[in-house]
Amino acid sequence: MRGVRSVDQVGAEERAASLAKRSIKKASKLWALDLAIRCMDLTTLEGMDTPGKIAALCAKGIRPKPGDPTIPSVAAICIYPARVADAREHLGSSGVRVASVATAFPSGQSFLSLKIDETQQAVAAGADEVDMVIDRGAFLSGDYQKVYDEIVAIKEACGDAHLKVILETGELGTYDSVRRASILAMAAGADFIKTSTGKVQPAATLPVSLVMMEAIRDFVRETGRPVGFKPAGGIRTSKQAIAYLVVLYETLGPEWMTPERFRLGASSLLNDVLMQIEKERSGAYQSMDYFTID
Amino acid sequence: MDGGKPIKESRDVDIPLSAAHFFYYAGWADKLEWAFPNVKPRPIGVAGQVIPWNFPLLMLAWKIAPALAAGNTVVLKPAETTPLSALLFADICMQAELPDGVVNILTGAGKTGSLVVSHPAVRKVAFTGSTEVGKLIQRSLAGTGKRLTLELGGKAANIVFEDAPLDAAVEGIVNGIYFNQGHVCCAGSRLLVQESIFEPLLEKLKIRLGTLRLGDPLDKNTDIGAINSKAQLEKIAGLVESGVEEGAELFQPECKLPERGYWFPPTLFTNVSQSYRIAREEIFGPVLSVLTFRTPDEAVEKANNTPYGLSAGVWTDKGSRILWMAERMRAGVVWANTFNRFDPTSPFGGYKESGYGREGGLHGLLPYLELS
Repeated sequence: MRGVRSVDQVGAEERAASLAKRSIKKASKLWALDLAIRCMDLTTLEGMDTPGKIAALCAKGIRPKPGDPTIPSVAAICIYPARVADAREHLGSSGVRVASVATAFPSGQSFLSLKIDETQQAVAAGADEVDMVIDRGAFLSGDYQKVYDEIVAIKEACGDAHLKVILETGELGTYDSVRRASILAMAAGADFIKTSTGKVQPAATLPVSLVMMEAIRDFVRETGRPVGFKPAGGIRTSKQAIAYLVVLYETLGPEWMTPERFRLGASSLLNDVLMQIEKERSGAYQSMDYFTID
Repeated sequence: MDGGKPIKESRDVDIPLSAAHFFYYAGWADKLEWAFPNVKPRPIGVAGQVIPWNFPLLMLAWKIAPALAAGNTVVLKPAETTPLSALLFADICMQAELPDGVVNILTGAGKTGSLVVSHPAVRKVAFTGSTEVGKLIQRSLAGTGKRLTLELGGKAANIVFEDAPLDAAVEGIVNGIYFNQGHVCCAGSRLLVQESIFEPLLEKLKIRLGTLRLGDPLDKNTDIGAINSKAQLEKIAGLVESGVEEGAELFQPECKLPERGYWFPPTLFTNVSQSYRIAREEIFGPVLSVLTFRTPDEAVEKANNTPYGLSAGVWTDKGSRILWMAERMRAGVVWANTFNRFDPTSPFGGYKESGYGREGGLHGLLPYLELS
């Protein structure tokens, strides 16, 4: 693990900043916003989540703009394991997937047997995708083997469900660690690597995402197995979402511009995207009162 | 407008750096006696300045800002293909109520330049441009007692060691040679790669070249703009042809060139020997020659094996090696894990046929001051 190639901090930040300046307008912007919705993991991860809240979120995810079938559904609803059954019931055959966080989210500080059990129960309740957190305590103390073994065990517990591995980059400290953790997670079998839980600041940033995508690019080159990428946390505006899509396009290429390989984890982004789409179409901004709050 | 460079570069590089240069030297204007204590700094009089077409405004800033800060007047000749930004600058000087005659802009071709240089009232000549013309100027000024600083061509080595952060190095290589279509005197036109990472680095680099956008310079998303002139395009094409003839392997990404105007796709040569013309002569276009090395000593030897010595780049994760390399490079600027990065406080200039004298920093004031 210590042999993983290093990352130049200044270079990564500069490259991310220059990509963020790309100008995406009109038809390209509409295309990007449509893709942002199709790749969105619409998220609620609160202690106060209730069956009612989940029902509302599912309705929003299936039909983000009531009465407008040109707006696509989101990719998935991302929730706590205890709410998976509720979501499963409301999503039915809509095609919107159920993603459940697991493994003692967000800290991951629990026992492996409980994490495995939690994962299995979430999948049994109907989760199509599992978002696990890595054991940052083990990672930061240099016990990479423990982190690796745990991911392998959770991947097995997932069965057919897709596994997204959350690195919680805000706690890793350096881009070198982010790159190491990315390679470790992919080698252990992650279908996706994901930046953050959204519960720690900083959450997703553009340079961290660039570093992770570069790690994916190198991993694919070595192994031939494509791995998806999911930035999450703090992505609230269309402009941010488009910046992530630009970095994605310029780093991993058009094959990654699909919900099978890219997700945006967000709780409050959707309405901003809808507002921007409406603005592109009509030429004017609408009041927020015209967008449903769920 | 007249240069062909992408507007993204004007926005992110030329304009902010030009402004920073004026801002920096403005700071020295009333502090010269503290900058050079006990030697009574005084202006030298009239400075004659001739600048090239690759960075019309930035080169103007590099010339005019230190000259004015030191209390001189200037006669500046922009390149014949790119006079517009200098004329706009003259207009700004008038709006700023600079006294008449302090800044004089004279447009024209080589003949005009030689008149500026040879005028008896000119006490100091500053030239940025080709080594060929630089030599002519130096010859013509011999015995006149005029001061001269020259910032001429280059054939910089960008050296990538096996422990380098590769993705950053790829960006640095791209920025080093494809920035401003390679119309950069300090461009990293020779890539020296440690043999052990040649393949992965070249693979990354070739993929990256495929993502460069070439086209309308006024589109904010354009990475590579137009070649400045027909003559320059012919020179680039001729040298590229010589590279193919001498046996180097050519790589150009799939790239649609616009029909109107002068364009050259980003180009990369492998299998290049030190003796090929493309490894020795300044191409001043988006053409990179890739060579390999085995040991740090060999890297230094190959990098210094050129008549030029303006800049160099070193990519390695090892701090001690950066310093070791910097000590040994015969180049005015050595960039570590970056390339083409400029700052008004840092002196810039060449060794050998890349010229002499420094622009930027405290050193940049010296050619414009009498000290006694």
